[in-house]
Amino acid sequence: MKNNLAFEVFYLVLQIFGIFTISFILLHLVPGDPILVMLGESSTISDRVALRESLGLDQPLFQQLYHSLRGIFQGDFGVSIFSQQPVAQLITEAIKNTYVLAITSLMITLTFGLTAGFFAAKNQGQWLDKWISNSSLFFISIPHFFLGPLLILLFSIFLGWLPVSGMSGFNSIILPALTLALGLLAVTIKMTRNCMVDLMNSDVVRTARAKGLSEWSVMIHHVFRLVLIPIVTLLGMQFGSLLSGAVITETIFSWDGIGKLLVDSIQTRDYPITQACILLIATSYVCINFLTEILYQFIDPRMRHS
Amino acid sequence: MNKIALFFFAVWSFFVVVRLALNWDANEMIFYKILSDPSTDAWLGRDDYGRSILARLIDGLINSLTIVFIVTLVASSIGIIIGVVAGYFGGKIDQLISYFINLFMSFPGILLAIAFAAILSPGKLNLIIALSIGSWVSYARLARAQTLITKNCDYVKASKTMGSNDFWILKKHILPALQTPLLVEGTYSVAGLIIAEASLSFLGLGIQAPEASLGGMMRDSVRFLLVSPHYAIFVGASIMSLVYCINATGDFLHKYWNVEIIHDR
Repeated sequence: MKNNLAFEVFYLVLQIFGIFTISFILLHLVPGDPILVMLGESSTISDRVALRESLGLDQPLFQQLYHSLRGIFQGDFGVSIFSQQPVAQLITEAIKNTYVLAITSLMITLTFGLTAGFFAAKNQGQWLDKWISNSSLFFISIPHFFLGPLLILLFSIFLGWLPVSGMSGFNSIILPALTLALGLLAVTIKMTRNCMVDLMNSDVVRTARAKGLSEWSVMIHHVFRLVLIPIVTLLGMQFGSLLSGAVITETIFSWDGIGKLLVDSIQTRDYPITQACILLIATSYVCINFLTEILYQFIDPRMRHS
Repeated sequence: MNKIALFFFAVWSFFVVVRLALNWDANEMIFYKILSDPSTDAWLGRDDYGRSILARLIDGLINSLTIVFIVTLVASSIGIIIGVVAGYFGGKIDQLISYFINLFMSFPGILLAIAFAAILSPGKLNLIIALSIGSWVSYARLARAQTLITKNCDYVKASKTMGSNDFWILKKHILPALQTPLLVEGTYSVAGLIIAEASLSFLGLGIQAPEASLGGMMRDSVRFLLVSPHYAIFVGASIMSLVYCINATGDFLHKYWNVEIIHDR
């Protein structure tokens, strides 16, 4: 177990390093000169040379890679070409907003997903079960860029309950969080329901009932704990789709998170921000995967001893 | 096959044929009809430049499908070659390739595509590259698993005993056995690619305006939700119906050929 953990941490660092190197090399190999973008076509050659030297872009690729790696270890991600603000500051602000959004939608998913899945399984084959299954099928297949506008149409324009976009007050998080959550929620409901149906006919539950436990205690101590295992795996695995969904959702709702920062930086050719965003998104994805694995070993004792 | 899917399929093909026969101009702008409601001259209304939404939808469909077709061709060729080589030759090569497959597998394809599209700056060629990078892995994984199964079949062993060389076995036994599972997998992945392409175009990383694309239209329509909600609904519903059709085709092929899709081996 201990050796295993050390190896996985090592692998994690290796993965992040690999992502950084690949994105760095690609960004610098792609045709298109950042100097030209910054100064414009009409700039003089001496200006270009001076700026290139001051940014260190005239050095060999390997040395540049070394310099920016050293910078990152010191918490220095460079300066935004467009707004001249330090990238680290812009990025911390953005990632905070994205995490608020992501965690809100994860909460929505967990609360409603487990509850709805529970009731669907309890009323197996009845109208409630069928209704929940059919509507979750709809939400699984709807892409984020359509669900967002639909929710705006319904709740902001037609009913007028919630703001269309922006980040003012508590109300404005509801629609983006719902947009992110509904697809994941549908998958969670389906999985919870199917797992519970399987479990309720299993030996574990039969034994628990035969022992004379109350229905409530069977549900909480036996069924629910076992359902959590696949749900945690599912949510960990789906975190990537949550992140890519966040890129789209933040663009729709003008939510100042990492996804919107990434898309905006691409449009303004702000290379340092683009690179930092990609690194950060990839790193959080890899780290969440790692944490899922650890959490998995806590929930499922069988994983610990094998 | 699923009746609803067949219906959508018929509607889409009808409009594509009409579009090609009548040669609609999707870029014709009528400025006094900006964001107008559906009418006889533009069945789904007009967009913010006074262009017919229906004509642009069909053009967008053709553009998206072209991109998706090329990506599928590129990704499946790369994936099949890599997967078959890994599965057939095994050993060190297999270990190395499996490492890369796992590395790419650990990221969802759409996230990879967004990241690479971000690095590579917007454009059609870069869109194709980004989507291919995001989607070759599933083909490679399937091809590798299928090759491993076929390699150990008696008829392949018999062929080997009779002196066939590797090239002959690959051509006569391994590749034919890959056909049906890969076609089914390919159909499903086309549905995913349409969403991925639309997402990238929606973010402004894919097909660039003024060329019509499903994602690009979705992006424009969101800006005019208040004035003309039908624009967004038509575009969104068409993307969903398209994806639904393709997934239903995948289900149909899956059942019809009765194939087993095996990824891990």
